[in-house]
Amino acid sequence: MEYWQPEIETMPRKQLQELQLKRLKKSVNAVYKNVPLYRKRFDDAGLKPADVRSLDDLKKLPFTKKSDLRDTYPFGMFAVPLQQCNRLHASSGTSGKSTVVGYTKKDLETWADLMARCFYMVGVRPGDVFQNAANYGLFTGGLGIHAGAERLGCVAVPAGTGSTQKQIEMIRDFGVRVMHCTPSYALYIAETCKKMGIEPGTLPLRIGLFGAEPWSANTRVQLEKSFGIKAYDSYGLSEMMGPGVAFECTEQDGLHIWEDAFIVEVLDKNGEQCAPGEKGELVLTTLLKEALPLIRYRTGDITMIMKDECPCGRTSVRLNKFYGRADDMLIIRGLNVFPSQIEHILMDMPEVGEYFQVVLERVNHMDEMTVRVEMSDKAFSGELGDLQKVTGKVTKKLKDSLNLRTKVVLVEKGSLPRVEGKSKKVIDMRTAI
Amino acid sequence: MKGTIKQISLFAENKPGRLAKIAESLSKAKINIRAFTIAEAGDFGVIRMVVDDPDRAYKNLQGQGFAVSETEVIAVQMEDVPGGLFKIANTLGKGGVNIDYAYAFVTRSDLALLILRVDDNAKAIKVLKDAKINLVDVDAIVNI
Repeated sequence: MEYWQPEIETMPRKQLQELQLKRLKKSVNAVYKNVPLYRKRFDDAGLKPADVRSLDDLKKLPFTKKSDLRDTYPFGMFAVPLQQCNRLHASSGTSGKSTVVGYTKKDLETWADLMARCFYMVGVRPGDVFQNAANYGLFTGGLGIHAGAERLGCVAVPAGTGSTQKQIEMIRDFGVRVMHCTPSYALYIAETCKKMGIEPGTLPLRIGLFGAEPWSANTRVQLEKSFGIKAYDSYGLSEMMGPGVAFECTEQDGLHIWEDAFIVEVLDKNGEQCAPGEKGELVLTTLLKEALPLIRYRTGDITMIMKDECPCGRTSVRLNKFYGRADDMLIIRGLNVFPSQIEHILMDMPEVGEYFQVVLERVNHMDEMTVRVEMSDKAFSGELGDLQKVTGKVTKKLKDSLNLRTKVVLVEKGSLPRVEGKSKKVIDMRTAI
Repeated sequence: MKGTIKQISLFAENKPGRLAKIAESLSKAKINIRAFTIAEAGDFGVIRMVVDDPDRAYKNLQGQGFAVSETEVIAVQMEDVPGGLFKIANTLGKGGVNIDYAYAFVTRSDLALLILRVDDNAKAIKVLKDAKINLVDVDAIVNI
């Protein structure tokens, strides 16, 4: 068995917990000292950082939610001055404001190491040509994965998204051995290969790293068979840094979450700790982050901690497959979208009403989103061209804000169902990947 | 504007039963449709019509929840003989008036009625009048 950071990856649990406690105290001190929102919440609860004496004391600490990041936009949760940050990433927020995350130089190093640890774990080695077909913008999957590949000593190919034919040519011509993308895009690549007259199994790929959206055991079989690869699941979220939070090992049975960097809780609806094997919401506390330490962050992802030790020898706990979300967040082409984001965009446009319906379908393995909006009578000029302008404007606004191509369909006023609750505004016809 | 008439435009989804719903509302309100056309663009379309009582039609359809608008258009009498349309279109073309869209129907007399949506109503009225082409007003529409 080979490890990237053997002393940490195989650290006995008792020692690991001691390390966690030491680091937790540091994180708690940092947020209390530097983040007004945390100081207030601690004070309101009558807590001082010194009250954290054991890992069990974590339970006393207040939760952090995505809305906290939004409410303190852009840098209100940062525990260091902005000038000490080395990079910012951002994801589109639920009500127009994006969620901004920052990294110090050391944070970026930690992140690259955690990523390298994941890659090494599944057999990626220095010198491997590593193609990253993720968006290289504010999305953490681009630069985050890239830095990990470089840290490990791979030949990183920042392919980005799109131009599928070119992606395939690069895999073939550059001798790409490791590929990272969403599982649905991998399926699409396999199909495109066949259309180009290339048998996907003849490509040099040996390892596929797939993340940003949930996928099934069937898809794993399908991807492994068609490319002749081993396929591994990746989990992350930008609030925790990005990808690299948890990753499958070669056992392909659950995702190891790096407990030297995060404290893992899985909580039920009442906020009580779930026993291993019981489903609940994943709640994470950062232990190594300087710029944006977060205490008991509610990820919204539903999972469970697996009971047994892993034969791979790593001592960190494993998370089972993810079972969905605790909220109404949608994952569309690997991007996170809340229905409230769409609502917020439409509300600012007098041409359309506030009522909308999102229809999600899967066409050629890729997610397609149709947004149906009601035409406002006030803005109706009677000219066909003006209606097309409205459609174009809504499409552009959604693209600008969500970074997603959507099909916008204007419908008659009053024709969409009036329902309580945002999730009912979404008709998800996608079958599982 | 003098010389123009009001056209009613409706936003409608391109699906079965929508036109019937609109026609039914107007029928119940005893509003008579004089001329009528549908322009479609994929998932939706615009229904345009000239009726005998545009203001009542507007209120009625709006009350039913439709997105409705009124547009000033020009109605001209056209001889129902070969060359009838040419004469009008040629007059406007030479006068530098662009026709955005048009639709026509034949009346019980020997005349046809042409509804024109142009880029410049005032200019269109002037060149048509100069060419001695008859414009039709609201009263005439009611009495067809």
